[in-house]
Amino acid sequence: MKILILGAGQVGSSAAYHLSREEANEVTVVDMSSEVLRELQDRLDIRTVIGHAAYPEVLNRAGANDADIVVALTDSDETNMIACQVAYTLFHTPTKIARIRSADYMNAKNLFTQDAIPIDVRISPEQLVCDYIERLILYPGATQVLDFADGRVRLVGVRADRDGLLVGQNLATLKEHIPNTEGRIAAIYREGKAMQPDGDTILQEGDEVFFIADRKDIRVFISEMRRLEDPVRRVVIAGGGNIGSRLAKALEQTNQVKIIERDMLRARYISEQLNKAIVLVGDAANEELLLEENIDNVDVFCALTNSEEANILSSMLAKRLGAHKVMALINRPSYVELMEAGSIDIAISPQQVTIGSLLAHVRRGDVVKVHSLRHGAAEAIEAVAHGSPTESKVVGRKLEEIDLPKGAGIVALVRDGGVIIAHHDTVIETDDHVILFLTDRRKIEYLEKLFQVGVSFV
Amino acid sequence: MNWTVVQRILGLLLMMFSVTMLPPIVISMVFGEQSWLPFVEGFALTLVAGIICWLPVRRLRKDLRLRDGFVVVAAFWSVLGTFGAAPLYFADVISMSFTDAVFESMSGLTTTGATVLSGLDNLPKSILYYRQQLQWLGGMGIIVLAVAVLPMLGVGGMQLYRAETPGPVKDTKLTPRITETAKALWYVYLAFTIACTLSYMVAGMGWFDALCHAFSTVAIGGFSTHDLSVGYFDSTAIDLVAIVFMFLAGINFSLHFFAWRYVSVRHYVQDPEFRAYTWFLITIAVMVVLVLFQHRSFATPADTIINGLFQAVSIATTTGFTTANFSVWPAALPVLLIFASFVGGSAGSTAGGIKVIRCLLIYKQGMREIVRLVHPSAAIPVKLGNKAVPYRVVDAVWGFFSVYLIVFSIMMLAMMSTGLDQITAFSAVAATLNNLGPGLGDVSAGFVTLSDTAKWIAVAGMLLGRLEIFTLLVLITPTFWRH
Repeated sequence: MKILILGAGQVGSSAAYHLSREEANEVTVVDMSSEVLRELQDRLDIRTVIGHAAYPEVLNRAGANDADIVVALTDSDETNMIACQVAYTLFHTPTKIARIRSADYMNAKNLFTQDAIPIDVRISPEQLVCDYIERLILYPGATQVLDFADGRVRLVGVRADRDGLLVGQNLATLKEHIPNTEGRIAAIYREGKAMQPDGDTILQEGDEVFFIADRKDIRVFISEMRRLEDPVRRVVIAGGGNIGSRLAKALEQTNQVKIIERDMLRARYISEQLNKAIVLVGDAANEELLLEENIDNVDVFCALTNSEEANILSSMLAKRLGAHKVMALINRPSYVELMEAGSIDIAISPQQVTIGSLLAHVRRGDVVKVHSLRHGAAEAIEAVAHGSPTESKVVGRKLEEIDLPKGAGIVALVRDGGVIIAHHDTVIETDDHVILFLTDRRKIEYLEKLFQVGVSFV
Repeated sequence: MNWTVVQRILGLLLMMFSVTMLPPIVISMVFGEQSWLPFVEGFALTLVAGIICWLPVRRLRKDLRLRDGFVVVAAFWSVLGTFGAAPLYFADVISMSFTDAVFESMSGLTTTGATVLSGLDNLPKSILYYRQQLQWLGGMGIIVLAVAVLPMLGVGGMQLYRAETPGPVKDTKLTPRITETAKALWYVYLAFTIACTLSYMVAGMGWFDALCHAFSTVAIGGFSTHDLSVGYFDSTAIDLVAIVFMFLAGINFSLHFFAWRYVSVRHYVQDPEFRAYTWFLITIAVMVVLVLFQHRSFATPADTIINGLFQAVSIATTTGFTTANFSVWPAALPVLLIFASFVGGSAGSTAGGIKVIRCLLIYKQGMREIVRLVHPSAAIPVKLGNKAVPYRVVDAVWGFFSVYLIVFSIMMLAMMSTGLDQITAFSAVAATLNNLGPGLGDVSAGFVTLSDTAKWIAVAGMLLGRLEIFTLLVLITPTFWRH
């Protein structure tokens, strides 16, 4: 697949990294800064082109003529839109993905059509991150909550602690504990290593468990792994940028939200946008301010400023002052690993949240959704099974008959809007959405082949 | 420094290289010669050495770093020169000393074309073929070949590619994947080789001579299967074929690639380096022909033109084929031709020398200084084809140029201290550092008369020239080894 990435910022660079390490992709990155590009080319096997991302001449040099996908990820919504327009009009690029930040553009009806601004997929990293945090706040105790089948089924990551009802017992007893629910444990990471769970596996304290369940059953499942926490009521958000203010808006009806913003003008602006949330002007790392606002009673403290170092420090401070749970927005993968081990409860990596929505479009076969997990080492995929039993390698087969590589497992099916949790004798039908968990990302190519409809396959 | 990674890749490359000793065995069978044994020995030796390197670290999966790339390239070219010498050293027919064998093999791999052998016409065909093949492999770069066929080099491949490819701007890839870029270059190279072979055959060579000369023509090498070089054939048609392909091989191969992909010659015409290269060759050729006419060195005007043109292209592109002994040509011609070889071919070609683009940039900078004298407050960028050249590149060109001159002076002094006269020392260093081949004075017919010390200096010069000095020089700086 020939992929053109426009913009080598944080999202662009991480997209280039994730896409270029798959053998089948040929990645070209366009940016204005030659320094950034040189650094990127030293690290990755990609081609780089210097120039303005929306100029036809630059796109032509970057090989837009035979590109399969254009991904516009520059800072500017307008540049991204024009770049997609140019790619569509002059180069007939089949798939165009653009990052659109502004909610105004996103909400406009009939704007992104073939005869107006031809963008097939719009990604708003801020919105994705905001939704992601919202789900984490909805399920206290979860370290990751990912949607499948339009949110009907969710994949949840939790760290088992000693108060979990299932801890110390084998997984087969799960059914006895909670008989009327549908759910399945997809993977267990013990001391950072993936293990294939089966009925005899005994759950231990400290295990990182990924399970999939119907939306209504998630709380019950979490209680099996760890002590169920009370629903979150008091939230403090540090940083009133795009993500912070969006999150405040999303939460203000259901939670008590306070948002701390350093800049006076910005604070005034967001206070005008928000109705119930309290906007505080000040430094999120100011101990006095935090104590004054009763930080010790806060259920969740989210540090969402632009500076990751400030996020780390302010959330560590909040934790010490008594906040029950702290989350921090961290860009660098190495910082994420460093922080998850200790002082911060949940490190949120915007790239990891965003990259999934890109990966879904470069996968061959009909892949609806991809979530990147554990810094890109694992993936959860929702793919559609097409074709008749004679054409497809999966349709009409029981799960146990499907030849899956080691490290891959089918965890659930979505059929006609209903969720079926996978058992060894479940039969896949045409147009089922199959949800897979992949602990070894390198097997992805094999899975892609599995879900492609082979014309000559008899 | 990550020695295990270096060791693993070296082992792999050596094993790959050992395979190249098999075709000469086939050649010796075709001609019913008994000279295949040295090649079997060489093959076995190289293969075993490769396996010994690779076996203990074969399971290692680590990425190659920038520094490792330099070590791999430098080590590989030195090791290759040595192992490539094995069949020559083992062959009883030529009974070469170790020094001579390494000299010959290094001269082949670096596409220099200087030889210590004589009586080529009577040597076994397999040995003749092997020398030509060494040049062919060295031309496009054996590491580029490795990057093309060994996909697991991955990102590390870029580091190796950059350390081996000539020219100041090495970041441009033809395709996003380095493997594909390397493959594309080798396809172009292969296509030229086939075209050249066929053209030589049409012009009247036998298939063996045609193939052998095609190898050394497209590689801008200069080895021949005859003592008289291309002059042996005494055919205008063959001379013309050689001129055309030497000219083509001295052009940046990415231009050939684009011409082939977009089926147009637009890229050639628009490229400032190509235009400078063409004008440079034309100027040299015209000067040579005019001087030859003036001194009536050849009997007929046709002879004068063809010999002048051939020698100008052959020496200026650093090939080193000869149709006449240019070292005894009148006036300043011999030295003019040697000077022309300093400029050499284009970056990204198989030619040696400083490269046209660097000389062009240096010239443009000189012009800029003149304009600055007239308009002291003008902002004047150095431009190539309407695009400003980044300061970094300009700086790098100056750095390269000065280091080239320093290395040249040191080596010339070293050569003279082995007892050579000034002309010989000067031309011997020029012939090796520029990967040219033939020199003046004592080395006009070959390097056989030189002492062993002088030969080793020449070997170092060829290696420095092929890897464009910095790749090798970086290894002897303390900064490189400091952690």
